[in-house]
Amino acid sequence: MESLYLLIPLSVLLVGGILWLLWWAVGSGQFDDLEGPGHRILMDDDRPVPAPPPDDLR
Amino acid sequence: MNELTNCFHCGLPAPDGAALVVAIAGSPRPMCCRGCQAVAQAIVDAGMATYYAQRTALPGAPGEPLPHLAALAAYDSPALQAGFVEAPASDASGTSCEVNLMLEGITCAACLWLNERHLAAQPGVLAVDVNFSTHRARVRWDPARTQLSRLLRAVAAIGYRAHPFDARRRDALMQRERRTALWRFLVAGLSSMQVMMYAVPVYLAGEGDMTAADETLIRWASLALTLPAVVYSSAHFFRNAWRDLRLRRLGMDVPVALGIAVAFAASVWATVTGTGEVYFDSVTMFVFLLLGGRYLELRVRQRATDAVDRLGAIVPAVADRLPDWPASRRSEAVAVAALAVGDVVSVAPGGVVPADGVVVEGDSAADESLLTGESLPVPKAVGALVTGGSMNLQSPLLVRVTRVGAETTVQTIVRLLDRAMSEKPAGVAQADRLAGRFVAVALAAAALTFAAWLWLEPARALWVAVSVLVVTCPCALALATPAALTAATTRLAREGVLVTRGHTLETLARVTDVVFDKTGTLTHGRLRLGQVLAHADRSAAQCHALAAALEQGSRHPVALALLAGRASDAAPLPAVAARHLIGLGVEGALPDPHALAAAHAADAAAAMAAGIPADTSGGTLTLRLGAADWLAAWCAAPPPADLPTGDAGTVVVHLASARAWLASFVLEDELRADAPAAIDALRALGCRVHLLSGDQAAAVAAVADRLGIEQRVARASPASKLDCVQNIQGIRNGEGGAGLPPGERAGCVLMVGDGVNDAPVLAGADVSLAVASASEVAGASADGLLLSGRLGDIAAAIRRARMTQRIIRQNLVWAIVYNAASIPLAAAGLVSPWLAGLGMAGSSLLVVGNALRLGR
Repeated sequence: MESLYLLIPLSVLLVGGILWLLWWAVGSGQFDDLEGPGHRILMDDDRPVPAPPPDDLR
Repeated sequence: MNELTNCFHCGLPAPDGAALVVAIAGSPRPMCCRGCQAVAQAIVDAGMATYYAQRTALPGAPGEPLPHLAALAAYDSPALQAGFVEAPASDASGTSCEVNLMLEGITCAACLWLNERHLAAQPGVLAVDVNFSTHRARVRWDPARTQLSRLLRAVAAIGYRAHPFDARRRDALMQRERRTALWRFLVAGLSSMQVMMYAVPVYLAGEGDMTAADETLIRWASLALTLPAVVYSSAHFFRNAWRDLRLRRLGMDVPVALGIAVAFAASVWATVTGTGEVYFDSVTMFVFLLLGGRYLELRVRQRATDAVDRLGAIVPAVADRLPDWPASRRSEAVAVAALAVGDVVSVAPGGVVPADGVVVEGDSAADESLLTGESLPVPKAVGALVTGGSMNLQSPLLVRVTRVGAETTVQTIVRLLDRAMSEKPAGVAQADRLAGRFVAVALAAAALTFAAWLWLEPARALWVAVSVLVVTCPCALALATPAALTAATTRLAREGVLVTRGHTLETLARVTDVVFDKTGTLTHGRLRLGQVLAHADRSAAQCHALAAALEQGSRHPVALALLAGRASDAAPLPAVAARHLIGLGVEGALPDPHALAAAHAADAAAAMAAGIPADTSGGTLTLRLGAADWLAAWCAAPPPADLPTGDAGTVVVHLASARAWLASFVLEDELRADAPAAIDALRALGCRVHLLSGDQAAAVAAVADRLGIEQRVARASPASKLDCVQNIQGIRNGEGGAGLPPGERAGCVLMVGDGVNDAPVLAGADVSLAVASASEVAGASADGLLLSGRLGDIAAAIRRARMTQRIIRQNLVWAIVYNAASIPLAAAGLVSPWLAGLGMAGSSLLVVGNALRLGR
């Protein structure tokens, strides 16, 4: 059971690491829109975006 | 075949399909109008034709002509931008500005994709972020390379509208609140999972499997991971409990904080001293479950707030101010926020009035339907009051601003709705009272247990008392009511019923009487062509075609009714040069093609016979469509004897040439198609249905007969409507009226209405719903909004409210039974930490699962 003395502190550090990751994810808005990315990946075509037509100043 | 006759962009019939065509993905597609053609062309040119393949819903409106860049140029003025553009920020890559846009016209995910791609492709745009659930976009651009007006125009070019709005105030606040709540929830969740991971081996280990040192290590690790859940995640439980205690009242937060504090403190003590039991897993799970419930509640509340925000967006951001009026008519574009009381602004036809004010020049009509539910245009002459957010329909108006900013009607509505939504539901308040009694019972039980064990076995006394406090953690009790209310509110919102008050669901469940208003509620509040009476020898259909030709292109309700009343396969209308005369009608000269020739000949013959010279010069026929008086003054022939006159609820317009009366059109308010089914559904629920209307007796009787409503009152004034409602409630004659003790009522009344004159009744009824076109006061004083506009949803909402009450009762009973049963067990010293944790998780999940049945 000696391995516990290494593994348990390690797991505490791991949880700390995951918490930091979640903190970053929440702060950068990863959870703000849970629907969009699903649609976005389906509709994104791979063709490069062509330059838009010149904006005629009327 | 449908593809050929309907506009490929918006789905409306394309009358001359061959004339307007856009090549999409290689095949020519018909377009109904120039607006759609321009929009579709812009989409194809930008390489985004995929939109048409991906979309799942048609656009809400056909394409509109592009707004002039000049009109949007006002958005580039720094003074205006100060209101909503984040100040240019400079970094290594140069300067950038950022704005939040509210997108209008979004119908499906493809629309959002289209907007995002199109904005991102504009030169000078650095970043675009479209939120799919709120229909908002955040755009960052380089002010040196493009302007805000170009971005707005780019959105308009693909058929949508974007309103810049100030996200810094409430939105930023809401976002911070949401992120903090989520982060707290995640911290508690992660720590509860990991602590449980440590706890399970300890629970499962047999005698001697684990050394004391192993167990101490595990306890310290659990302590380390419980710390963030207690110190950070549950900080606000402690804060609220402290506030409650200082105010000398007991809310749900007091027993919650007490449970967390006792269990955690005892566990820390046990860890440090190496004695007794630890409850780290119970503590973290408790916090995790409660925060999950609170997070869902927060999301529901914020979504309701968002619906209110959109109401505020109907007022434009820019106004045309006339600083020197009346000396000069020089106008300047200013931010609406910069308007002051006394400023004179001009409102173009089709424009939205920027603030509340008084008309100082001009004669027009305003569409206030969004604010008041009044379906007919309201005439506005000098001296008339106009409301910010209403639309000017006919001719330019000059308005002197009387109220700005927070004082305006629209902002007042927003504020009232806001306040309503922050109210605490009565059911939650009741659970709070229950919690107060609960704390007393738990503390008493713990004290008694401690005393008893001190006498029996002093060494175990403290730990048994702690276990009593831990098992009485009111997790299930705290979740019982909010979980059910949240699930039901979400579900109703998805069905189109927005609950705006805390007590709505509770009262809806008790409803015994449903009182309907007629106009705009049971009927559409929109004119429909009822009857065409031909006076001359032309057929009704011919006359209808003539009238429709005169009115084509007009947005007046009469015109819309006449145009909508035509058969879909009718011949295309000839072009007409029509002149609209406000308050009178429309006059136009129609070309006289073959279709009219015969009738015209008859007309000429009739004219000849009457000795009137024929005015057939140029092959055109001049016609007037409008009020009887106006035509009588112009037409040489006397009005026919059987000329119908309009009564309340109907509008009659007549068509005449200079020599003869041709036809009369009776336009009436149309009964909603789903009204009969909705009334039947309400009766099936055991509700009595009443009809209260300010309309004429005949019109009310006609509607009531068709729906089989016995209890009806016509020509009711707002005061008499309130009387009727109180009569049903049994409190008409003051307290104790109708032989009932005060406070007790014969009936619980649900009022469904929409107009301004309904406001007192909506407030007087026990609970009220306002139909979609939520009028200003009605929206503010109603307890819920029927956004779907489907009357059938009323019965569905009552059914769901009853189910909600049933489930809340079940939940509370279960929570109390669970806690009551566990106290004796814990007092007997039979509850070990694993049993306490299991019991709490089990009872909480049961309560939440039961509540989730409401969302199905």
